[in-house]
Amino acid sequence: MSHWVGAAVPRKEDRRLLLGRGRFVADLARPGLLHAAFVRSPHAHAEVRNIDAGAARKAPGVTAVFTAADLGYPHLLALLERDEFVPTRMPILAGDTVRFVGEPVAIVIADDAYQAEDAAETVQADWVPQRSVTSIEAAKADTAPRLHEKAQGNRLVDLLMFDDDRLAEIFADAPVTVDATFESARVAALPLEGRACLAEWDDRDDQLVVHVSTQVPHQVRSGVAQALGVPERTVRIIAPDVGGGFGLKCVVGREEVAVAAAALRLRQPVCWAEDRQENLTASFHGHEQRYQVRAAFSADGRILALDAEVDCDTGAYSAFPFTCAVEPLMAATELPGVYKVPAYRARGRAIATNKAPAAPYRGVSRPQIVLVMERLMEKAAAALKLEPLEVRRRNLIGPGEFPYRGVNNITYDEGSYRESLDLAERQVAQKAWTAERDRLRRAGQRAGIGYACFSERTAYGTPTMSQRRMRMTPGYDTAMVRMDPTGEVIVTTGTCGHGQGHETTFAQIVADRLGVHPDRVRLRQGDTDLASYGWGTWGSRSVVIGGGAAGRAADIVATRLRRVAASLLEASPADVELTDGTARIRGDDTAAIPIPELARVAHFQADRLAEDLRYGLEARASFDPPGTFSNACHVAMVTIDPGTCAVRLHRYLVVEDCGVVINPVVVDGQVRGGVTQGVAAALLERVCFDPDGQPLSATLMDYLAPTAAEMCDVDIVHLQTPSSFSETGAKGMGEGGTIGAPAAVLNAINDALSDTSVRFDHIPVLPQHVSAALDGAAR
Amino acid sequence: MKDTHAICLTVNGREHELAVEARRTLADVLRHDLGYTGTHLGCEHGVCGACTIILDNAPVRACLVFGVQADGAEVRTVEGLADGEQLSDLQQAFSDHHALQCGFCTPGFLMLAEAYLAEATDREEDQLTEEQVRELVASNLCRCTGYQGIVEAVLATARTRRSRPKGAT
Repeated sequence: MSHWVGAAVPRKEDRRLLLGRGRFVADLARPGLLHAAFVRSPHAHAEVRNIDAGAARKAPGVTAVFTAADLGYPHLLALLERDEFVPTRMPILAGDTVRFVGEPVAIVIADDAYQAEDAAETVQADWVPQRSVTSIEAAKADTAPRLHEKAQGNRLVDLLMFDDDRLAEIFADAPVTVDATFESARVAALPLEGRACLAEWDDRDDQLVVHVSTQVPHQVRSGVAQALGVPERTVRIIAPDVGGGFGLKCVVGREEVAVAAAALRLRQPVCWAEDRQENLTASFHGHEQRYQVRAAFSADGRILALDAEVDCDTGAYSAFPFTCAVEPLMAATELPGVYKVPAYRARGRAIATNKAPAAPYRGVSRPQIVLVMERLMEKAAAALKLEPLEVRRRNLIGPGEFPYRGVNNITYDEGSYRESLDLAERQVAQKAWTAERDRLRRAGQRAGIGYACFSERTAYGTPTMSQRRMRMTPGYDTAMVRMDPTGEVIVTTGTCGHGQGHETTFAQIVADRLGVHPDRVRLRQGDTDLASYGWGTWGSRSVVIGGGAAGRAADIVATRLRRVAASLLEASPADVELTDGTARIRGDDTAAIPIPELARVAHFQADRLAEDLRYGLEARASFDPPGTFSNACHVAMVTIDPGTCAVRLHRYLVVEDCGVVINPVVVDGQVRGGVTQGVAAALLERVCFDPDGQPLSATLMDYLAPTAAEMCDVDIVHLQTPSSFSETGAKGMGEGGTIGAPAAVLNAINDALSDTSVRFDHIPVLPQHVSAALDGAAR
Repeated sequence: MKDTHAICLTVNGREHELAVEARRTLADVLRHDLGYTGTHLGCEHGVCGACTIILDNAPVRACLVFGVQADGAEVRTVEGLADGEQLSDLQQAFSDHHALQCGFCTPGFLMLAEAYLAEATDREEDQLTEEQVRELVASNLCRCTGYQGIVEAVLATARTRRSRPKGAT
């Protein structure tokens, strides 16, 4: 059956994008299109006494200005059904209080974006600044101002997830205990296309149509409908081409709702395209976390117990629909990772601060937990004078131990944790990395090699997601596969690709099931009126869940095609094979019907078929797996310039296993892009604020995203351990690159500094950190 | 009153006459006044390079040029690269080397590389090295690919163009 799955099929998406014929939200034109600009808070925390938009309303080209009061105080409310959770209403426009710099308080609608921005600048508000908190430490202090009345210590979530009562005894008796604190900076997802939307009222369908640059069309529909108090039917969300998301666009932006509300009131099309400053300051951030960890090890390097306190700086509000619990719950649940931890305690907190809210940025806590575990392995090895890779081997879940039930109550499906490390080590030896590192060192450079072993839980279905107890619990997805009378296939899905090549990979999956060429299969996605309710594209879920549902629906259509062919050829359906666009009878070379002919008959001459075979060739199917684990071993080599202390990536290797590879080109692209974001988090990127909460990284001159000059080639080797938890044997793999890279790079930096007493347990490691630490160590 | 000026510019060989506000960027003129939406805006402060176009043979950030400054100029945008429906060699190489994912930054990289390759071919200098191409490609930002495919695509195009007999297209 498998003919197209696994092939390097060229991407269907490329042609239009290369020709400049992609269609992104800001490319849409409408007669009379109005443009929105937002009036935003200049304060990190303030009361808003009065907003005077009189001058703005009279400014040239202005149609309207709306404040929270004008819109009836709409809000988004993301809920977790847990006592330990403090809900935060995120107002679409802030009414009486602003909680971060950039929070919107009014929306100005004008004939063009220039006029809208001009008018927005004339809006006057009476701000009464309040004390603000801009760090986890400050937010937790007894004297800290509260962002939300009910959040004691600004804790929005505080969950003791695991609490093994043997821990005290194990730590007391352990030969070696490692204590450490790990930190990762706040970073921005930074899709090259910022957020954007265009909303227009359609009288004929009695519907507000909102074109949004989003990963989650149905959740945007739910969010708009809930915030504006209208039935979901009256809102249609369309995601056209989306210029990257990385998690930033898997939550609902208040600006999207505000633009929808404006279009609903004005009955005129309104658009908004976020500029980069808004994107960097007022959208969503992620990954700002601190871990205080203790680990007990036996004398032979086996981990005996793990104890972690995790604090996540979640900003001012819970993002809709995931809530601020995403990071702490993920961290506390999955910290043990690929290692066999027999006893475990973990507490996760989400701390509110006067900064933009956190959204689930690529990796979601896994870059941090992998960094924690990989540093712990290195620290234990150093304390025990053992080889670090050997310590990992002694703790990795090994061959024959799958499916493995972890101390965290998670079942790990089949993986190649040990094999990927072994293969990576062999590759490094073959490529003589160690000799190269030593040569660089002799030439006066600092150079180091670092490893990271990890797995990446992907494709979380409802069975897993329900453990979080979200009011809106994601997980399943549904596909419709329909063959038209000419034999062309249309697949609809609730997932929403934005660079991952789903138009190609879904077509490969469906083409194999139906025995047609992928060029005959067209994916329709990103439209809430076309697809059944679905959960969009995030969490490395789409090819496993959406593709799995499409595969199942295609199987049903294939069965029907076989029966139609059998009926026309007077054979048994069991003998019909669908290959290369033709239905053939096994063992009979003369009996064959082109699949388009079957489609024609099924639609145009239904009378030739039995009653139960008539009326079209289509099927709907859903898929809702428990989740699968991809795994990988990353190895990085870095150099540190002895003069500037700048860390440079020198070599990078990925040995990765995502089960059945649907399309190797797409998989390699995801790995390389992911690694680049992980390297960036380790060496370059951080969202900065001054002590009063003013953003200091509001442009791309201040927030340093990597260019080609900061990257090196990434070598990739594949292992394929198919998952029995997935319809296609494939595992999700969209985030692994970002998950493994920070740990590998950080370990490489520490290896480069191994002749000193300097060790780093935070990211990013900037030149000034290296310089100061080396100066301190020399003193 | 809007401060408008009459300008005339050629885009992909086609002449356009229009009135533009003095403050209107060339990117907005191309995208919204003339419909060349293939040119994308990623930062509007000249760093990301998504809006790179070719203005009188030089790659420039269309977000940092006012429309009025393009009066009398020849502009090339991504829409002018292909020969009808046939992808150019550079566009094909981008697809062959998986040099794009979401495709938002792609027009900027294509125009940057096109301007550079045209000039490099004229100079007939030594074969481009990977390092030179990385340096060039570092002008722009891509958030999806990690740049490896982009570097490979530009290098591959440079090689095939160089091996072609002079004067051939």
